[in-house]
Amino acid sequence: MDYLIIVISAIFVNNIVLNRFLGICPFIGVSSKVETALGMTGAVAFVMTLATIITYLLQTYILEPFGITFMQTITFILIIASLVQLVEIILKKVSPPMYQALGIFLPLITTNCAILGVAILAVQSDYNLLESVIFGIANAIGFGLALILFAGIREHLDLMDVPKPMQGVPIAFIVAGLLSLAFMGFSGIV
Amino acid sequence: MNQWQNFSKGFIKDNPVFVLFLGLCPTLAVTTSAYNGLGMGLATTFVLVMSNLVVSIIKNLIPGKVRIPTFIVVIASFVTMVEMLTEAFVPDLYEQLGIFIPLIVVNCLVLGRSEAFASKNNIFSSIIDGLGMGLGFAMALTVLGAVREVLGSGSLTLIPDVLEFTLYQGDGMLVFVLAPGAFLALGYLIMLADKVKKKMY
Amino acid sequence: MANKESTFTNMVLTLFLVTLAAATTLGFIYELTKEPIAEAKLRKKNIAIQKVVPDFTNEPNAEAYDVAVEGDTLTLYPARKDGKLVGTAVAAFTEKGYSGLIRVMVGFNANGTINNISVLQHQETPGLGDKIEKGKSDWSRQFNGKNPEDFQLQVRKDGGDVDAITAATISSRAYCDAVEKAYKAFQKGGLQ
Repeated sequence: MDYLIIVISAIFVNNIVLNRFLGICPFIGVSSKVETALGMTGAVAFVMTLATIITYLLQTYILEPFGITFMQTITFILIIASLVQLVEIILKKVSPPMYQALGIFLPLITTNCAILGVAILAVQSDYNLLESVIFGIANAIGFGLALILFAGIREHLDLMDVPKPMQGVPIAFIVAGLLSLAFMGFSGIV
Repeated sequence: MNQWQNFSKGFIKDNPVFVLFLGLCPTLAVTTSAYNGLGMGLATTFVLVMSNLVVSIIKNLIPGKVRIPTFIVVIASFVTMVEMLTEAFVPDLYEQLGIFIPLIVVNCLVLGRSEAFASKNNIFSSIIDGLGMGLGFAMALTVLGAVREVLGSGSLTLIPDVLEFTLYQGDGMLVFVLAPGAFLALGYLIMLADKVKKKMY
Repeated sequence: MANKESTFTNMVLTLFLVTLAAATTLGFIYELTKEPIAEAKLRKKNIAIQKVVPDFTNEPNAEAYDVAVEGDTLTLYPARKDGKLVGTAVAAFTEKGYSGLIRVMVGFNANGTINNISVLQHQETPGLGDKIEKGKSDWSRQFNGKNPEDFQLQVRKDGGDVDAITAATISSRAYCDAVEKAYKAFQKGGLQ
């Protein structure tokens, strides 16, 4: 039951993009087409889940026992940066088509604050390993949901007659605001 | 480009938030009041200036391939410093900003300036660049925070208890302090900033 | 731009040195800020205790003790004036808040009535749930002077005596939950 609450809360109630404001850069930047949004989501889901597992182990078995939790930010970001590199190398070798599809998004992920944010949030919430993994996956789904919904709206927006000063980024933010407003309807369900 | 232009470009012409759309996560998340925005802006400015300084000093000693990881370590160190210092000396602000202090490390603005400016320029220019960009960022966050606070809670807090004004009693338009209001307010501000920029340049 | 060549030794050495320098500096600053951080936390706690219990002359923080309630451990701070117990502050928390954790400091008079309550930490929605804070609304004053013995610490919807905050029933419920926990701890371990 607890796991279900973590999942629903991460996807709908405290949606990582629309409510926690993490991962806004790719949200505004790469979500003008559904196809690219899907690619980005895949890459993020992969790295986010792995990063949450590794940072959890790092925190529990190295940082805390040695009393050096102040090194958290530095170690976490290094882990994420190397993980992104690793994923890139492995994908290139193992599955060239997938690398073709995700390749351009991978370098962008290091500075995607959603990854580091979820890793820190999982540690702060005192989740155990399994809960952290579920939290990581659920947030990746939440990220994907917001990104794909938003991309779908923006594809339609291209055909609309938007007032000139609002075109481009301003209207994207207004749409995001309305989407966030819609997601507020989920609040209170857990 | 003279140093004045170098400094002032961050405010309107290349404003990190309104024009370059960098560092949007903290921009949206912490600006529930002008004070929070200002605090976040100044914390980021500190990290930006210090990392620009260090990067421009060590730029010739770093092998090209590990450039980015090195920059990240430098930035993360200063971020952790800011984290510990705010917790020690402004604990209230530390609690308000929460997880977004460690997240300064992934603010694309900071890494962006290290990579695009500090690694190519001398120490003095790099400091000026960091200061200008940082203060431009702080200005944007304070303005956004002020707009949201005035519309949403009817008050304006620049420094709690010292520069704090109540504009009207009762509830404001709550939506502006909530998540959707952040997107809406920023959308309109970007539109306005574009107008101002076109007038000035 | 970079003068050094990207040989393996060069890269490893650079990264190692940079990380070493970073770790040393951070360790140094950590030692430097450790005390101010602890002091700031202590000051905050002391202010909260002062707010919720009647005037005292002892040092409640030095006499603090833990009481276990329903699997959680709560800390009690006895306040004495001239050696006589005048009240007890209980640090309680709940995870049932709208956005998770809410921590409160509940002050009881020696006779068991609630003297005052102060919210230490919360992330409730600004403008709605954050009315549990004293500075934001008078809502939490309804608890003052009440004795949980004959004052049901539940919102009216659930059959209790507490008027919930409009549009923030979850926050009100969570607040009651934390105060109830504090009362249980006080009943079990207070009045020492």
